[in-house]
Amino acid sequence: MMKRVIDISPAEVAPTEEGVLRALGVPPDQPPGERVRQMLAEALEAFHAEAQPRGVFAEIDAREFAAVYEGEGDNEIPSPLAAIFPRAERLALFAATVGAPLSERIAALFDEGQLALGATLDAAASEGTELTGVHLDRVALDEARRAGAADAATRILRYSPGSCGWNITGPRALFAALGPEEIGVSLNASCLMEPLKSISGVMVMGPVETHDFSNDYGFCEDCRTKDCRSRIQNLR
Amino acid sequence: MEILPRIADELQRGEDEEVRSLTESALEQSLEAATILEEALIAGMQVVGDRFRVHEIFLPEVLLAARAMNAGLAVLEPHLGKADVPSRGKIVIGTVQGDLHDIGKNLVGIMLSGAGFEVIDLGKDVSPEKFVNTARETGANVIGMSALLTTTMPTMRKVVELLKAEGLDGSVRTLVGGAPVTEEYAREIGADGYGFDAASAVERVKALME
Repeated sequence: MMKRVIDISPAEVAPTEEGVLRALGVPPDQPPGERVRQMLAEALEAFHAEAQPRGVFAEIDAREFAAVYEGEGDNEIPSPLAAIFPRAERLALFAATVGAPLSERIAALFDEGQLALGATLDAAASEGTELTGVHLDRVALDEARRAGAADAATRILRYSPGSCGWNITGPRALFAALGPEEIGVSLNASCLMEPLKSISGVMVMGPVETHDFSNDYGFCEDCRTKDCRSRIQNLR
Repeated sequence: MEILPRIADELQRGEDEEVRSLTESALEQSLEAATILEEALIAGMQVVGDRFRVHEIFLPEVLLAARAMNAGLAVLEPHLGKADVPSRGKIVIGTVQGDLHDIGKNLVGIMLSGAGFEVIDLGKDVSPEKFVNTARETGANVIGMSALLTTTMPTMRKVVELLKAEGLDGSVRTLVGGAPVTEEYAREIGADGYGFDAASAVERVKALME
């Protein structure tokens, strides 16, 4: 698999009202009132106007990825990903973003004191960024299947630095290997990506069992969301 | 309905234009700006915080209420002397270094402001030095730190340790929160308080001020 840069139309990764409400912590059985609907509509309109979704991914073998994952040697030991990636059929480094203008618009709204629209657009942008990642998953899996390197049972799941024991300094080695500056994503001194609404990490492809791990890591006890479990469950 | 409860009611419903217009009317009726602030805007926001805490309303409604509060505040501000503004204390808040997740932190800021606290929001990716220096320079009473990633939580400990090293731990209290943060973790790092969510963070700050 070559390094692939993908431009995506905002419509393909636009979040739904339900997705934004979920990101804002609203339970699905709570129908939004008229004022909330207006705010959602305004945020989604801004998303369509400002988002510039792009992504990049590049295949990497397990030996090379081991060096990327090791990074600066600060990962939790043991960690789920350290056990998962050697079992993968294929690995690919990835980065995705919804672009700088959207992040700038959100920052401007907060600066202007427009907290309601700012927070709603922020949630929409987070959802859009995740959907851009999902779009990359689809493209990578389709390409692997077309190349005969994946079958109907193959599933794909993304892991990112900062989660599951992969240290927040992880993006340094990842960026050196992937070069996502090509899609306009860079790192600051704290290893945060710019634009803010960007994600990066590794795509792990293989049968669903590839991602199974026992839920007994010390740092997992500190995690309140445990959303890795639902992400793995959704693969089935 | 009297005008002050009406303002509080419209604020709770997120009707910013109504709150603006009613606040103007209240001033025209010669009500004191400080009274309108305390008995309509802050009182309304207090109800919003209470309802949010028991999950009767959710973040979008809180955000709309905050917008309505700001609409009323904009009308009052030219009429408020500095001494009229009831400040319960000064809080420095931020998302810790290496972390960019700030919706929770923003909500805490909104609700603290609504409860009458002066909030200095340092944004995200805030270094321990910036937290401590800002608290010292502004005379803040509390530093509130947020983290969403387990991997960025250790920065909270650094802030607590830096406050101690600079001899500020007696005058500046610390409050921590965010998805992976627990009461136990707060105790372990020596923080003075833990906020499970935005509403409880406000309650904890009030308790720390007593």
